[in-house]
Amino acid sequence: MKTETSTPAFVDIRQLHVTFTGGKKPVQAVSGVDLRVQRGEVVALIGESGSGKSVTLRTLLRLHAEKKTQITGQIRVGDHDVLKLSSDQLNRFRGRVASMIFQEPLLALDPVYSLGQQIIETISRHEKVSEDEAKQRALALFERVRIPSPERRLQAYPHEMSGGMRQRAMIALALACRPQLLLADEPTTALDATVQIQILLLLRELQKEMGLSVIFVTHDIGAAVEVADRIAVMYAGRIVEEGPARTLIREPRHPYTRALLQSRADGALAKGQRLETIAGAPPDLTNLPQGCAFASRCKLAVPECSATRPEVTWLAEGHSVRCLLAQPHSQSNFQQVA
Amino acid sequence: MTSLNAAASPVLPLVYERSAGYWETVGRRFLRDKVAVGAALVVLLLMVLAVFGPWLAPMDPYQSAMLKRLKPIGFEGHPLGTDELGRDMLTRLMVGAKLSLFMGITPVVCAFFIGSLIGITAGYTGGWVNSVMMRTIDVFYAFPSVLLAIALSGALGAGITNSLISLTIVFIPPLARVAESVTTQIRERDFVEAARASGASAFTIVRVHVLGNVLGPIFVYATSLIAVSMILASGLSFLGLGVKPPEPEWGLMLNTLRTAIYTQPWIAALPGAMIFMTSIAFNLLADGLRSAMEIKQ
Amino acid sequence: MTMANDEVGGSSQPMLSVRGLVKHFPLKKDLLGRGAGVVRAVDGVSFDVFKGETLGVVGESGCGKSTTARLLMQLINHDQGELVFDGQTVGSKSLPLKDYRRQAQMVFQDSYASLNPRLTMEDSIAFAPMVHGLPEREAIERARDLLERVGLAPQRFAERYPHELSGGQRQRVNIARALALQSRLIILDEAVSALDKSVEAQVLNLLLDLKEAFGLTYIFISHDLNVVRYMSDRVMVMYLGQVVEVGDSEILFKHAAHPYTQALLSSIPTLDPDRRTETPPLAGDPPNPINPPSGCRFHTRCAHAQAICSEKMPVLAPAQHGQQVACWMHVAGAAHTGAPSGQGAVKPLEVAA
Repeated sequence: MKTETSTPAFVDIRQLHVTFTGGKKPVQAVSGVDLRVQRGEVVALIGESGSGKSVTLRTLLRLHAEKKTQITGQIRVGDHDVLKLSSDQLNRFRGRVASMIFQEPLLALDPVYSLGQQIIETISRHEKVSEDEAKQRALALFERVRIPSPERRLQAYPHEMSGGMRQRAMIALALACRPQLLLADEPTTALDATVQIQILLLLRELQKEMGLSVIFVTHDIGAAVEVADRIAVMYAGRIVEEGPARTLIREPRHPYTRALLQSRADGALAKGQRLETIAGAPPDLTNLPQGCAFASRCKLAVPECSATRPEVTWLAEGHSVRCLLAQPHSQSNFQQVA
Repeated sequence: MTSLNAAASPVLPLVYERSAGYWETVGRRFLRDKVAVGAALVVLLLMVLAVFGPWLAPMDPYQSAMLKRLKPIGFEGHPLGTDELGRDMLTRLMVGAKLSLFMGITPVVCAFFIGSLIGITAGYTGGWVNSVMMRTIDVFYAFPSVLLAIALSGALGAGITNSLISLTIVFIPPLARVAESVTTQIRERDFVEAARASGASAFTIVRVHVLGNVLGPIFVYATSLIAVSMILASGLSFLGLGVKPPEPEWGLMLNTLRTAIYTQPWIAALPGAMIFMTSIAFNLLADGLRSAMEIKQ
Repeated sequence: MTMANDEVGGSSQPMLSVRGLVKHFPLKKDLLGRGAGVVRAVDGVSFDVFKGETLGVVGESGCGKSTTARLLMQLINHDQGELVFDGQTVGSKSLPLKDYRRQAQMVFQDSYASLNPRLTMEDSIAFAPMVHGLPEREAIERARDLLERVGLAPQRFAERYPHELSGGQRQRVNIARALALQSRLIILDEAVSALDKSVEAQVLNLLLDLKEAFGLTYIFISHDLNVVRYMSDRVMVMYLGQVVEVGDSEILFKHAAHPYTQALLSSIPTLDPDRRTETPPLAGDPPNPINPPSGCRFHTRCAHAQAICSEKMPVLAPAQHGQQVACWMHVAGAAHTGAPSGQGAVKPLEVAA
């Protein structure tokens, strides 16, 4: 049984630790994340608030304040060692190799420039092209993201556009310099249902067309399933389970993943039947427990769980889990450690 | 589901966990800010001077000595020199604190109450009442404060009381505007809506929910106005519209020492230095308060 | 003064009857008088809420559900329309506004903004009872009791401030506050939308427990269709200020009649990686209620639109499976090829469960 894919991944995150030192006590936002993304692959990072998913994403572009953040580990994107890039190299990396789309376009777009101007500026900064050519490319981008009346909309300002259109414009801006990696931080969370599905499908389409690698952060499992090839579940700064979307949804093995899937309200439940809930609350990131971070809330926990951090157990091709009770090749997790 | 109470004892403890109240937290944060604490100490010192100045001063502020006019700093018996009538500068500065601070603080305090009343009423009521009140305020606000102060003082006549009145009128518009602005913001918040939904009267809502949340920011803004008020009051005295000689007041002293700039510039600068120091202290205090009150979620 | 809210009408009397509710917001004109217009936020909404049920309300931006909630709470005044609570008109002599307020309360979406940052939890909860005459000591007692009921131990939470609690805990406090007047009708305006999924599940369970314990009636507004389906007995779908469909929630979710409802339900992301959505059911963004289309407001985006749809506005009428729908395709004899007596009647699409 292969435990790792043999081709080198396009994005390779190893042993990433991110600690914020700005407040009274240091906050361990990310405690040892390993993640690989192949070229042209879409990986979704699922988790709740405090899981560290957004922090991981932002670290890929080194968006955190340098002075208040301690980062250890290694992040490789293509040939670039992201954590060791100089300021100039970082500016060339952002937008050109990897770019990002955010949850709230109104906050991410500059309100005093038209969309066209912002796209042209981005292109001009990274590539030596004439203004005309940049304009042509901006128009082509707007057409690609399916914005109606693109010539007119290029001159519009962010506040003049509707939510869905703004999100499309932001995607156009992110793809302006043809990056190889797209980072998406909850891009559809703030959108209406009918708009959300349009954007998710657009992302899927563009990703296939351009062969992009995508890391998609969300708390909505449904959105993740619509776009992702693989899903990684994060809890308290660690990836607790990772695998192909199909496997994770059909056969989740980590107690947290199972609990998360079971606590969803859906049509299968009878009226009045209470939802399965996860007791307790997420751990304090300034004071992480020694063992498994989920142990205090886990119905299956045994004493060892609180003592040692579980290592990665490979269950099948590409499906891994961090749980002491997980046994490869077994039907269920419920074999107690002797 | 895990129980939130202590599993062992059947009788629940009667002690309720208290947390630091808002002002307690603000106080602690304030005390951690060294600059703000320093400024607060300076202000405290000035207040002490204002109250006890006459007793602490070494000499008589009104005692002139024509033979000892404009002696420099460090002159025997007069550590800060003498003024144009031979009076001891140190004494005059110390005793002057009382009047200067009084002229600076009183108008702001009065304007705080009146301006808050106007602003909070306008802010909470909204609609045409708000428009009428605030546009009236804007008429006064349109005048530069110095000119307005001078015009009002001129109209009312010179003297301390009249300058206090004119300065109060000068400061009501900015305070009313800040009060209205903050109140309007608070009014939009869901907890005020929830209070309306519970059937409370406007007066009750303002008393319980609005006041506690708006008086803080208005107070901070008012503190920053004290420095301005002091300078304006000194200006009025300088122009002869406020305090009359021989009362020691820093602004007035600046006026009477004007001609001494050529002969004893250091002496002439002393009252200005006191005004400067007081303004900075109040401004830093206001800044510190504002930072301490911005408790982020 | 008694705090108990007595039943007035019988059990067949709707808890709340809304007829012809209209609310328009005027837009500011510029100096030349241009740009004048109205936002037709709520434009003729009528529905009933029955005692003891949970009525779900769904719709996207601009549909008017939040404005409707505020109109029901009388936080803003309606331009036209009538509100009848348990047989009595709201605002009339038999039911003055202040008494109505005791009967109907609301839980808002933003748990932090809903609480006065300067008041302790028990003070926040005790405020409303005290406004209605309860002495302070008893109001505090009731507040502590309610905290217990919503799963927050009073010893730990009564004297805390909002910033010390988590989102889920704050929302529990907001629910306790909504119950402080022993109200019978609770409007939940996106009350769980801002919470993490695991916390949301806990709060939903709590809402169900409280509903049983106190015999409450809920109006549950949410954009999360799965949660609405789970919580509601009946569901109402709104579009551009009007009700387009209303009926039993299971029937609606399985046999949606209105094309907009069908599109909305098809937009729910699938949880099956093998059956991913291929084409979006609707193109474009939800439109602005400033200049709504003529006739049926959905006709500009509807795949089945025909001439009559842009000419005349359909009203709610019974549809095939018992729900009410506002669509010409379900009006017998209407000038639409899909109407029941016309040729080629279009059946409501079976939406995958």
